[in-house]
Parts: sequence; C-alpha cells; structure tokens
Amino acid sequence: MTTKKMAIIATKGTLDMAYPPFILASTAAALGYDVQIFFTFYGLQLLRKDLSNVMISPLANPAMPMPIPMPVMMQMLPGMESMATMMMKQKLKKHGVASLTELRDLCLEADVKFVACQMTVDLFEFDKSEFITEVEYAGAAAFFGFAGETDICLFV
Amino acid sequence: MNFNKEFDASGMSCPLPIVKTKKALADMESGQVLKVIATDCGAVKDMQAFADQTGNILLSNSEAGGKYIFFMQKK
Repeated sequence: MTTKKMAIIATKGTLDMAYPPFILASTAAALGYDVQIFFTFYGLQLLRKDLSNVMISPLANPAMPMPIPMPVMMQMLPGMESMATMMMKQKLKKHGVASLTELRDLCLEADVKFVACQMTVDLFEFDKSEFITEVEYAGAAAFFGFAGETDICLFV
Repeated sequence: MNFNKEFDASGMSCPLPIVKTKKALADMESGQVLKVIATDCGAVKDMQAFADQTGNILLSNSEAGGKYIFFMQKK
C-alpha cells in the first residue's frame, strides 16, 4: 500500500481559522498520511514561536456566536478583540480542545512538513528568527512538486 | 477484555483522542490491545474510521455512564 499524501495551503492567521489546518494535518498524520502545510499570507502568523497573539475578531464576523447580540459599532471599540479572543480561548479549554501550540507540536512530532512561502515572508518583512526552526522556505513551484502527487489538497 | 495498555482520553475533543491513540499505539507490539476511554461522542465514528484506515483492529466499542470504551488491537 502506497502512503497517502495531503497538502494544505494555510492562508489565514486568526484564532478560529488557525485550527482547521492543524487539526486536519495532525489527524491525517495519525492516519498514516504524508502531510505538508504551505503557509502563505496571514497563515505565516501560525509559524511564530509565540502564538499568544493569534486572535479572533467579532468584527465582520457575523457568524461568530456571541453571548449577547452586539452592534457592529460596539465591536469596533478598543479591547473588543482581546475580549473575544479571551472568551474563545476559555471556551476552547472548557471543551477540551487543544491549544494551537499543542496541535502544532503534535503535527511536528508526527513529521508534518511546514513550508513558508518565501515571497510573502519578504512581502510582510517577517523576521525568520521569529518563526519556529522546523520551517522550510520555498515558492509555489515547490508546493506543486508535492501537491501534484497528493490524494487530498485543501485551501484554508 | 484483556488489554496491555490503557489510554484515557476523557475530556479531550477532536482530534486529540485519535492523534493520541496513534501515539499510544506507537510503542506497542503487533497483536497487543490498547484500551481507550473517551467522552467525546465524535470518537465513536472516528475510532472506527481510524481502524479502517490504519489497519489496526477495533475489537469492540461500548458505552457506559457517558464514557466510550474502545479496545484497539495493533496490527
């Protein structure tokens, strides 16, 4: 039986959208898949050593369940993002959902390969020393080298 | 049922019960049995799917007092 492969393109850097790539990658690795995640644009934030600044915003996010309905004008106020993030983290913990750092560590432990898009690293002037050391740097062509052979390929 | 090792995933949500079951199986011998306890009802379908896709054998699954008990034999 040949090893199945999965590639994910992670483009979002918010707390909610950070979960799907890490959940799917760690699960696929547990099922025996060879997995690669290509981080580009805001997804690069998920490669920082410190993930405590990954946040969720209620603004322009009408599907986010809120404890009380909140007018958009109020969602714009200073501190609302921090509050929403804190509440979301408490909720995640209460439901036994792993933290982003824990899920990312599980991915690394299971040999999920992390590739950062060199172009967007340069574009946003990221300092590579802020990223975890397991990251490799490449471009779109390198992604296709792996993605072209995969059974599952997702854009998040 | 006899088992060689136990992994308690109580309180853990997807994907931890599966990812950590895989880890618990890693240092076991072929044919040995792992008992997994979970409280996430999603684990019922997931544990079967894990077995189907990895070749490990799900010997039994049962529910008692809000806990799901699985016996997984390593391939």
